[in-house]
Amino acid sequence: MAIEIRPLEQFTIERLIPFHIGGVDISYTNAAFLMTAAVVLITALILLGTRKHALIPGRWQSLAEMSYEFVADMVETNVGHGGREFFPFVFTLFMFILFANFLGLIPYSYTVTSQIIVTFALAAVVFIGVTIVGIVKHGFHFLRLFVPQGVPAVLLLLLVPIELLSYCIRPFTLSIRLFANMLAGHTMLAIFGGFAASIGLLGIFPLGINILLVALEVLVAALQAYVFAILTCLYLSDAINLH
Amino acid sequence: MDLSSAKMIGAGLACIALVGAGIGIGNVFSALINSVARNPAAQGQVQPFAFLGFALAEATGLFGLAIAFLILFVF
Repeated sequence: MAIEIRPLEQFTIERLIPFHIGGVDISYTNAAFLMTAAVVLITALILLGTRKHALIPGRWQSLAEMSYEFVADMVETNVGHGGREFFPFVFTLFMFILFANFLGLIPYSYTVTSQIIVTFALAAVVFIGVTIVGIVKHGFHFLRLFVPQGVPAVLLLLLVPIELLSYCIRPFTLSIRLFANMLAGHTMLAIFGGFAASIGLLGIFPLGINILLVALEVLVAALQAYVFAILTCLYLSDAINLH
Repeated sequence: MDLSSAKMIGAGLACIALVGAGIGIGNVFSALINSVARNPAAQGQVQPFAFLGFALAEATGLFGLAIAFLILFVF
């Protein structure tokens, strides 16, 4: 009696509402459903939470204000004064990834950020946006970012290609970090769940490990959203302040 | 050696990368505990850096794990 453990089956995309225009498949999938759910929940938290405009906030207004303050503090500390105009972008990024990660923890749900194309789209937007911001602000001097101060000219020949490479690798590391964390977490949950189901009464041990893994996954979900947002702030600070 | 055996071996070898993740995370939290023990008042300032360091160290290990999954399930 062998229950087949297929840990990667949870990542298949299913079409909830099939929809084709011409030859193009633009069905409403379970991934799209969870992305709209994340957006709706964030909008509800912020709009409905702050509807009362109370001076002493109640619970929901407190939540909305705390999330605002957390991201605003992060942007101001890391980007400095010029970062005020990027706050909406970083806030959207942080809240979307946070809610998408948390919604994926619901049993039988689907983790949107465990698809490399989703995380790569977010990371590509960050990378291209930050580069454009740097070029618009500094023009040709933007290339000075790759030439560190006080380095002898001989070392520059080696250092500049390395700096360039580590700059161009940023969208990939940013996206793969989030994607690999989510993929690994959910795959481990599925594998231990498979063990728990297939060995009868002894299954209480993998079940215990699974419970601890869910706790770790909650931490990782919040942490990965925070890391994505703070790295965006650091890249923005690099582009705006050029060091 | 056929492809599926080679895949298994490759995935197993790729997981050796997680050793680095373990050592790195241990380093980060050891530094956090040391610094909070010397100066407990600094805990609020140091802790965000500790979590950032943990996430970045874990990410490097997970790059290796992603390669393992790539080898196992994509090729």
